[in-house]
Amino acid sequence: MTAPLTTDSPAPARLERVEELQARISGMQATRLDSKAVPTHPAFESVLPGGTLREGTVVQVEGSTTLLMALLATPSASGRWVAVVGLPDFGVEAAARFGIALDRLVLVPDPGGQWLTVVAALADVIPMVAVRPVGRVSPAEASRLSARLRQRGSTLLVAGEWPGSDARLGLEESQWQGLERGHGHLREREVVVSAAGRGGFGRRARSRLRLPDRSLGFAIAGEALPLPERARTRPTRVEPEWAEPVPLGDIERRATG
Amino acid sequence: MTSELSRTIVLWCPDWPILAACHERELDPGQPIALIESQLVFACSAAARRDGVTRGLKLREAQYRSPTVVVLDYDAALDARIFEPVVRRVEETVPGVQLIRPGSLAMRARGPTRYYGGEDAAAAALLATVAELGVPGARVGIADGPFAAEQAARAATASPVGIVAPGASAAFIAPLPVGLVTDTRTTTLLNRLGVRTLGEFAELPREDVRRRFGAAGAFAHDRAAGREQARVIARTPPPEFSVQQEFEPPLDRVDQLAFAFRVLAEEFIERMRAVRLVCTGIRVELDDEGGGHSSRSWLHPQWFTPADVVDRVRWQLQGAGTASGLASPIVRLRVVPERIDSTGNHEEGLWGGGPDERVHHGLTRVQSMLGHEGVVTATIGGGRMLTDRQVLVPWGDRAPERPNDAPWPGSLPALAPASVFRERLPIALQGAGGVTVTIDGRGAITTTPEVFAVHGGKPAPVRAWAGPWPVVERWWDPERAKRMHRFQIVDDDGCAWLLVRDDEGWWAEARYD
Repeated sequence: MTAPLTTDSPAPARLERVEELQARISGMQATRLDSKAVPTHPAFESVLPGGTLREGTVVQVEGSTTLLMALLATPSASGRWVAVVGLPDFGVEAAARFGIALDRLVLVPDPGGQWLTVVAALADVIPMVAVRPVGRVSPAEASRLSARLRQRGSTLLVAGEWPGSDARLGLEESQWQGLERGHGHLREREVVVSAAGRGGFGRRARSRLRLPDRSLGFAIAGEALPLPERARTRPTRVEPEWAEPVPLGDIERRATG
Repeated sequence: MTSELSRTIVLWCPDWPILAACHERELDPGQPIALIESQLVFACSAAARRDGVTRGLKLREAQYRSPTVVVLDYDAALDARIFEPVVRRVEETVPGVQLIRPGSLAMRARGPTRYYGGEDAAAAALLATVAELGVPGARVGIADGPFAAEQAARAATASPVGIVAPGASAAFIAPLPVGLVTDTRTTTLLNRLGVRTLGEFAELPREDVRRRFGAAGAFAHDRAAGREQARVIARTPPPEFSVQQEFEPPLDRVDQLAFAFRVLAEEFIERMRAVRLVCTGIRVELDDEGGGHSSRSWLHPQWFTPADVVDRVRWQLQGAGTASGLASPIVRLRVVPERIDSTGNHEEGLWGGGPDERVHHGLTRVQSMLGHEGVVTATIGGGRMLTDRQVLVPWGDRAPERPNDAPWPGSLPALAPASVFRERLPIALQGAGGVTVTIDGRGAITTTPEVFAVHGGKPAPVRAWAGPWPVVERWWDPERAKRMHRFQIVDDDGCAWLLVRDDEGWWAEARYD
């Protein structure tokens, strides 16, 4: 599959183009034709590739339990069951205040060495599973589990490393407000959430969020940040000059529609 | 029906609630014991009665009269459960038994009298049966009608058998107080009218009693006059569902035992299924070689399948010993159904039981991998410390009912930390110059916190802090009293912590991450 590149552009621009195309290809490979969107908090629209969590995908969430809860809250509020594996310190009260329904929350605090089996068994029946892996996961195991997730339509959030995850979220900055030197109390926090798509390719986004905000919700704080990378265009948008090959456009339309 | 009253035998075990409680808790029935229901004494042992404890006394008054009294909660289900083997054994001696209440049985006298050759002999046979089961002080009363027979049993103090000759029952009960047949209000009224004994009550004209006291009064009047129309209604013995397995030689491995029990578990469930019943609660009882006894109830959110029963047995065994071996080999295993329901109430819907049933099956699978406590659901309870507030309940168990709308002064404001450490992390909080921050008797800090370090980690400057916020719990109880101070800090990475300072030092209770 070769995209018709304009021949008169200078070399760096061409390299740029190749990178962008690679990102688009891997972005499309990640988005399966029939993968459905999972209801996600609107604050993450600019962060997550595709705007929402999707069924059958694996998303890495690094460095913040609040971020994990924020991703779990809206699916839980929409009636889905949520399982949390291997996070013995998961704050139940915070989860409840952020909107996770406790009667549809299942905790497996100490799965021990069998955590991967437990996750696989839970993914069969529970549409949102969050896990903190113990040790390294081999790519073979990960892809077996991914196949199972896709088949069942479950979403896996991983608080740690995962080979071949579909997206990767992390905190870059964290700024608490309300607490001063000697007085006040923690009230809200502004964070910068960075996101990368599959295999580090795809869209890289940074977004300033309130996590949590004053009313224990989540919100976008201010304008979208200037992106360090060039990959600012949405991978799903078809640009006219190189959208000539019909099958590609066809796939995309189906994928986005 | 005005036919002649049939001769009735009543078997009475005095202080049955006390005996049942002692049997369950392995106490000595000779010591002063009181069973309490809604802060009043429901039953008391003979030793407590000697100290002046009576039924209906307030708990505090009972403790005042008998300082050494052992106070237990009254459990009606326990009474019935412990009495059940007695009923079954008596049914083998004398068929057609009516259970009046746990501790009292009524049966018709004609059959046993003829079989054993006399009322005395029948009574002796009954007493021997009960004595075999180790029930002390049982008594038998024989008279015309269940009421008179029960009074005869209660009146028999010299010998354990009280027999009232046929036709003499009315005369026998005449001197007894009228309160035995009427409720408190009517008794008071009758006493004020000068009617104190059953005999005096029986002399009142029947029609007048009916007009004044209604049907209940007429019934009481008939009883008092020895015209009771109640007859012994023998119970149909309920089918026995509990299963028991003895192991010879005793087994000491969990998997071995679970495997051996598998067949019996199938039979246990199948027997109930045959009469269209499902079981939603079981009780597993284990006896080990060393004479130990473990007994525990298990609930099921739906109903038990044979595999579920085996799982429960395994979990109970795992709780008793180490992972695979047991502290002491098991000689006997008994499973008793505690809650039984008709299958009709548990039918699956036409389109299946919905998604929650799938969830249940998945979680049960995980639970059989990790053990009963491996999969938990959470509720929020009351408390000041964060770990107290999250109540984790194993999947399938019922959440304890704890009101959480109490104000709990000293608990944290709305924003809750996302990570609550099960074990508090030791940390260091220092002021300028490396001096540990301490709190003086007036609750003020000695220096301002400047440097924060998680145990073994690199020290980092403190960006913001607030505190101390005192938390004082159970100051009236020297053993469980807690006194500590809480701080919130933000470290150099922008991560916020909830810190606790107590007598032992500085700890991180939770992290806002």
